[in-house]
Amino acid sequence: MSNRVFAAAAFAIALAIAAASQLITNEFFFSAAYTVLLYVILATAWNILGGYTGYVNFGSAAFFAIGAYTTVALFYAFKAPLFVTIPAGTAVAGLAGLGLGYLTLRLRGVFFAIASLALAVVLFTFVVNWDFVGGARGAYVMQPAEVPFGLKRYIHLLFAIQVLLAATALVIARAIETSTFGRGLAAIRDDELAAESAGVPTLKLKIISATVSGALMGMAGTTFPYYLSYIEPSSAFSLSYAVNSIAMPLIGGMMSWMGPLIGAVLLGTVQQLVQVTISSAWNLLIVGVLLVLFVTLAPNGIMGWVEAWRQRQKNR
Amino acid sequence: MEISTALLLNAIIAGLLLGGFYAAVSVGISISFGMLDVVNIAHPGFIILGSYIAYIVNTHFGVDPIAVSLLLSPLFFLLGMALYRVYYLCFEKRGQESLRGLAFFFGILFITEVALILIFGVDYRTVKTAYADTTLRLGVVDFPLRLVVPFLVSMAMVVGIQLFLTHTFFGRAVLAVAQDQLALRLMGVNPVRIKELAFALSIATAGVAGAFLIVIQPVEPSIGREYIGLVFAVCVLGGMGSIWGTLLGAFVLGLAESFTSTFFGPSWAPAVSFGLLLFALAFRPAGLFGR
Repeated sequence: MSNRVFAAAAFAIALAIAAASQLITNEFFFSAAYTVLLYVILATAWNILGGYTGYVNFGSAAFFAIGAYTTVALFYAFKAPLFVTIPAGTAVAGLAGLGLGYLTLRLRGVFFAIASLALAVVLFTFVVNWDFVGGARGAYVMQPAEVPFGLKRYIHLLFAIQVLLAATALVIARAIETSTFGRGLAAIRDDELAAESAGVPTLKLKIISATVSGALMGMAGTTFPYYLSYIEPSSAFSLSYAVNSIAMPLIGGMMSWMGPLIGAVLLGTVQQLVQVTISSAWNLLIVGVLLVLFVTLAPNGIMGWVEAWRQRQKNR
Repeated sequence: MEISTALLLNAIIAGLLLGGFYAAVSVGISISFGMLDVVNIAHPGFIILGSYIAYIVNTHFGVDPIAVSLLLSPLFFLLGMALYRVYYLCFEKRGQESLRGLAFFFGILFITEVALILIFGVDYRTVKTAYADTTLRLGVVDFPLRLVVPFLVSMAMVVGIQLFLTHTFFGRAVLAVAQDQLALRLMGVNPVRIKELAFALSIATAGVAGAFLIVIQPVEPSIGREYIGLVFAVCVLGGMGSIWGTLLGAFVLGLAESFTSTFFGPSWAPAVSFGLLLFALAFRPAGLFGR
């Protein structure tokens, strides 16, 4: 399937889902589905650098929060609407990815990983001390009273936007995967030294990959302040975003765009259920345990099983 | 703002005392990350675990937390051996340590944190010690014993580790693992075994550092995260795997944090270590005292 056909199909499906969701009357569905889709975007974005390029980013929460706080800052400063803040937040997070990548991707991969964690803490401290966006007290971003497109409630609009953003992330991920750029990334992942010797401009590709990945993570955060109407630093920078965006691609499988999607939908749905039925601390424990189990016992994730099964069918 | 001499002196002394504690916190990372090339991001998790064990024994039996941690360090040693076994079999042996090994340790860190939250909740816990409320005064300078005691024990531990690494066969083997594993094999030493024991030693220091931590300040499960940046900052600043470098890096960080909280306010302190780390990685990745 060519990328153009895939993109058309993805957006058609996204619009269909957004339209069909209007038949659903259960309001919990929208907030749960919004969160699961948020994880689809985060996991897909993480996988561009993590799965395709082989560099671990522990700072997903930082990029996510950059998106969220760009929305807050623009809203406070200019009452900027979502169609402005979404691209703005995406761009700022992309710039952060570019900067972090430029500074640390020349070093061994582990330094990038540690620096990404460092970025999360530095930005957290910065936001806590930044009074314009509410500092440690948090900021209120009221959902507009009027909902466009004849939708019933604002969360319906957020859900529809989130479906489209998730489709965008998946289209970008798949386009990267099938391009020369993506093959360059795979070469870096498999053997960076060999790639460099073969003439792959490794540093440039890594930095572009970090930029795209960071931008998409930021995109996931841009609608978040509206979703809660209230945002505070410790929820925006929550470690659970970092853990989930690593766990989901690992569990789904890191080699293709489908892995993070499967991982995010599965793990995200399970978490929504556990959060309602048991407690949110337990649901984090489950994510952590699943992450460790999969990474030790099934390093290629669910897609790895599918792949192995296909191979066996072929050889039969 | 006028800076008085007393304020300045106090900031320096507090920074040095804090630095001594940071040395204990990071010496384990200098061993595991700096020498063995095992990127154990879960290290702070074991520090907090050490804090909670010291807390439990202290509240139930009234034993001094630092004494508890020293007595129980063999347990942490065994835990470290087991953890390295899993890490070696699942990642190092298959050559997957760079991505999946990192994710593994991240998962372990997360599990310890969440498990401690489930058991103890998010309340801050403190211990009772004979010396916690005493402060010695020399002229205008304060020496709070809750910082002095961990400082002294930490110095003893770090110097002890340095002597052990440079003066025993095992210690030299650890240093050799970092340099040339093949040569070590030819000398009839199994590098995996050496790494296992050295990694166990690094986890044992985490347990002791945890007891220091809870003597110095109240502890809750998620403060471990703040120490991730700190331990790696110290390790990188100190030039990766040099124990004296670690000590110097720890003092640099202790002073930097102490000055930041004295002159800019404590809410900025957490950014110091991470900021220094980002700075070091960007401009001087070999560390301040790197070879």
